Amino acid sequence: MTDLIHLTADALAQKLASKEVSAVEATQAYLDRIGAVDGAINAFLHVNTDEALLVAAEVDKARTDGDTLHPLAGVPIAVKDLIVTKGQPTTAGSKILEGWQSPYDATVVRKLRAAKMPILGKTNLDEFAMGSSTEHSAYGPTRNPWDLDRIPGGSGGGSAAAVAAFEAPLALGTDTGGSIRQPGAVTGTVGVKPTYGGVSRYGAIAMASSLDQIGPVSRTVLDSALLHEVIGGHDPHDSTSLTDPVGALVEAARMGQVDGMRIGVIKELQGEGYQAGVLTRFHESLELLRSAGAEIVEVSCPNFRYALGAYYLIMPSEASSNLAKYDGVRFGLRVVPDGAPTIERVMGATRAAGFGHEVKRRIILGTYALSAGYYDAYYGSAQKVRTLIQRDFAAAFEQADVLISPTAPTTAFKLGEKLDDPLAMYLNDVATIPANMAGVPGLSLPGGLADEDGLPVGIQLLAPARQDARLYRVGAVLESMLEETWGGPLLAQAPAIPGIAGGK
Amino acid sequence: MTAVTDEVLSFDEAMEKYDPVLGFEVHVELNTKTKMFSSAPNAFGDVPNTNVTPVDLGLPGVLPVVNGVAVESAIKIGLALNCKIAEKCYFARKNYFYPDTPKNFQTSQFEDPIAYDGHIDIELADGTVFRVEIERAHMEEDAGKLTHMGGSTGRIQGAEFSLVDYNRAGVPLIEIVTKPIEGAGSRAPELAKAYVAAIREIVKNLGVSDARMERGNVRCDANVSLRPHDRETFGTRTETKNVNSLRSVEHAVRYEIQRHAAVLDSGTPIIQETRHWHEDTRSTTSGRPKSDADDYRYFPEPDLVPVVTNDAWIEKLRAELPEPPAERRKRLQADWGYSDAEFRDVVNAGVMSSIEDTIAAGVSAAVARKWWMGEISRRAKLADVEPAELGVTPELIVELNALIESGKINDKLSRDVLDGVLAGEGTPAEVVEKRGLAVVSDDGPLLEAIDGALAAQPDVADKIRGGKIQAVGAIVGGVMKATRGQADAGRVRELILQRLGVEG
Amino acid sequence: MAEINRDDVAHLARLAHIDMNDDELDRMAEELAVIVDAIKTVSEVAGDDVPATSHPIPLSNVFRDDVVGETLSNEEALLGAPDNADGRFKVPAILDGE
Repeated sequence: MTDLIHLTADALAQKLASKEVSAVEATQAYLDRIGAVDGAINAFLHVNTDEALLVAAEVDKARTDGDTLHPLAGVPIAVKDLIVTKGQPTTAGSKILEGWQSPYDATVVRKLRAAKMPILGKTNLDEFAMGSSTEHSAYGPTRNPWDLDRIPGGSGGGSAAAVAAFEAPLALGTDTGGSIRQPGAVTGTVGVKPTYGGVSRYGAIAMASSLDQIGPVSRTVLDSALLHEVIGGHDPHDSTSLTDPVGALVEAARMGQVDGMRIGVIKELQGEGYQAGVLTRFHESLELLRSAGAEIVEVSCPNFRYALGAYYLIMPSEASSNLAKYDGVRFGLRVVPDGAPTIERVMGATRAAGFGHEVKRRIILGTYALSAGYYDAYYGSAQKVRTLIQRDFAAAFEQADVLISPTAPTTAFKLGEKLDDPLAMYLNDVATIPANMAGVPGLSLPGGLADEDGLPVGIQLLAPARQDARLYRVGAVLESMLEETWGGPLLAQAPAIPGIAGGK
Repeated sequence: MTAVTDEVLSFDEAMEKYDPVLGFEVHVELNTKTKMFSSAPNAFGDVPNTNVTPVDLGLPGVLPVVNGVAVESAIKIGLALNCKIAEKCYFARKNYFYPDTPKNFQTSQFEDPIAYDGHIDIELADGTVFRVEIERAHMEEDAGKLTHMGGSTGRIQGAEFSLVDYNRAGVPLIEIVTKPIEGAGSRAPELAKAYVAAIREIVKNLGVSDARMERGNVRCDANVSLRPHDRETFGTRTETKNVNSLRSVEHAVRYEIQRHAAVLDSGTPIIQETRHWHEDTRSTTSGRPKSDADDYRYFPEPDLVPVVTNDAWIEKLRAELPEPPAERRKRLQADWGYSDAEFRDVVNAGVMSSIEDTIAAGVSAAVARKWWMGEISRRAKLADVEPAELGVTPELIVELNALIESGKINDKLSRDVLDGVLAGEGTPAEVVEKRGLAVVSDDGPLLEAIDGALAAQPDVADKIRGGKIQAVGAIVGGVMKATRGQADAGRVRELILQRLGVEG
Repeated sequence: MAEINRDDVAHLARLAHIDMNDDELDRMAEELAVIVDAIKTVSEVAGDDVPATSHPIPLSNVFRDDVVGETLSNEEALLGAPDNADGRFKVPAILDGE
């Protein structure tokens, strides 16, 4: 049933609704695909076979009984292993949570269950979502389906790779500085970071609370809109959750219209540091949008150049506090040193053994930024820069309805290439971070393949807070125009994953 | 760890040389139904680790949500302490590792407490009024409860391990901090006790706390420093933690004054440190020295949004405030016409409110006091409960009093009627009926009993005839005995005098 | 802005309750020095007139009604505990022995 796995979520949902395909068939097809390719990809940390099939069977029965079902009922989904799920382990990609099972479901997971979407399993990530390559997972890196020697982006490399490798039609990601969008860019998939507060964070293991946001990962813009409508909306368990209605995102994606829209090219997010092939594809997209009737304007966001620095103060500061709870007292790993150690020594040993180096580095950096005597210079200053970035966005959105940039400065790099150079690694997020700093929504969609390496390039769209619909409206147009030039979805050009018969 | 007994100077000698400066941090546990940031019950004494949600255990992925009633309680406390209420204030994280703190940070407030710059006037026993300035009152959450096992004393020292119950974790706390209190001189210990008593009374009167010190609803950290009479600058202070009864507050402050004086006299500096109060030895011992752990790395809690107040909201809450305890006492004493001594007894017996209610129900101040300070207090003492807990309602007292005033029963019989009512035998009138308790009002049987009594005590009868009317009591007593108390003593007296032909 | 050295890292590791051996301290100090150097311009950007932003979307007064909700059972609470006794979480001694 290889055809089934290549359907978009929207197409699969229609076939399920017309009973052309059963939910069990669809779920089994994806489970088979996972069985076939995940040995090579390592996108999944846990495969939830029994429960997924059970939910699929329930959907089929309900459909036979004539019950009213959610449009996505029976469409399987993968969940980033940073999001807690009852009945499955949640590790956050860390040894410190190995074997831990949450006694509660994240709000987004409750919504998936309410929609009766079978959960295929939990996807790999950089430990506690700290990374841009998924190489910082304690459970081994995920590989990019386009080239198994390359990174799938991060932190949500597992979700992006699973979707790109047709192991799932949809996935959930989390985005703190680009962890949904950058993996989308380097795997040729779509990823959306909603407006901060648009999707409940309850049950998403926190890295940096004021930056984290859950969002959809998919193969098409429309599929992301469908999933976004499932998971979005107010949640009383999250104090930062917006009370606004989710909005007509699916309608915006189906309508797809840019005629007369002003699309702002961010001057500071191009040029030096950006790979030539990335910029070529980016400029092609601009031309397509112009030809569709959009007005392309240049906007300047001068303070974006400080965004990365401010991000690497705010994010580790909040993370150092959010990760204090992993201490070997209530859950997870406990390491007891020799002798008759005090709890303090047990905590020190547990955290030393349970956290990887990148996590430790960020905790130490955050502890530094918040410590007495440094707070004003570091954390305090970074929060001011945040204000300046918001002002830049506000000014830019005076001139443009939507902003546009490459999602990441480069295509996927080789595994291990930047592992010993944290600064080089951090630079991957330079274009995605400003959206998190300001809370505005962002979408990344495939922009083609870079000429020099044949690897996917991502195009990022940004909209004002609460205007997520604009992303779908513009994204759908650009996607359909690009696919027209390619003669089909970009993923159709991906090479077969070695080691399995038939490929795509 | 061997306890070292510190040198102390006599209190009088300490006062000759030094002025004490005091400061208090009083933690008040609110009596909201749920916790500060979760919907777990705020209840004392339940099975360990059952009044917990994932939030209270600090499980991965959880988020706090503020209890609106707790915020209003905080504002009410602020208003009762004559504080300004912040127009906008944030929650902040106070970061430190301790196993009773589930997230390894306490959610508190830092730079902008909800209430600040207040004062209360404390009346000492002799009527001296002392104004204590309030620095701030802020919202925070309580920690869990540690039980230290395996040691000989149940103390933390020498324990082999500890057990943690998180039922108390997250209980709403208001921390009230004074400005330095100068000029109390030798009355410092007395003022300390009176201050804590006043805070307890205020929060109890507001109805925002059960204010039971034995349950830790009100806990006091007392700061003490000394300075020579001729010096302006404050000396080094110590903070004596968790002094949890009014008597202990007085003793702890007195002890620390004496200990500081001895240390200063010996020419050694005071070490700024935490001290622990021991009720058994009435002394303090050194806590752990100040260390790294004091760098709390406060920063604004990103998971909670600010509290913004406005005049309408504050004035609504102000209108809901009950009359301040001190003013209420003054008013009631004047209304009721009690002497200072009578009123103090009423207050100490804890029946002031009951008397107020009883008067409102329709008896005189004297009658209300007679019941509450007499029969009801007596029974409460026997039953070892508070008078108000006996189940005697103001209406019951009004009915009993009406029966007495109408002559149906007398004081002695009224106690039997009360027994019957409290035993559930019905209304006072029904009890009189059922138990046959009505006074004998038919003169026939009374005259018979009077004749019997006069015959039994002919010498007394002669004295009365001879004009010694006060001797009539002996005959009345005989009659009452003969009628088993069911006679109206007044009527009996009249009849005796008639019988003997004497003018009453 | 101050440099970050090995002693600073040792102090921060203690604050953060993460044991580190000498090699780790050396490596961490080296890496953090580079990172801190790269981000130090942040403190020079904004003046006193720029307010701090701690929350990306300005909301206020998000309160919960004071109504008791669902709780965990004692078993659920202790399910993930590394050690427990008597319905409570068991932890090693808090203070050093004699």
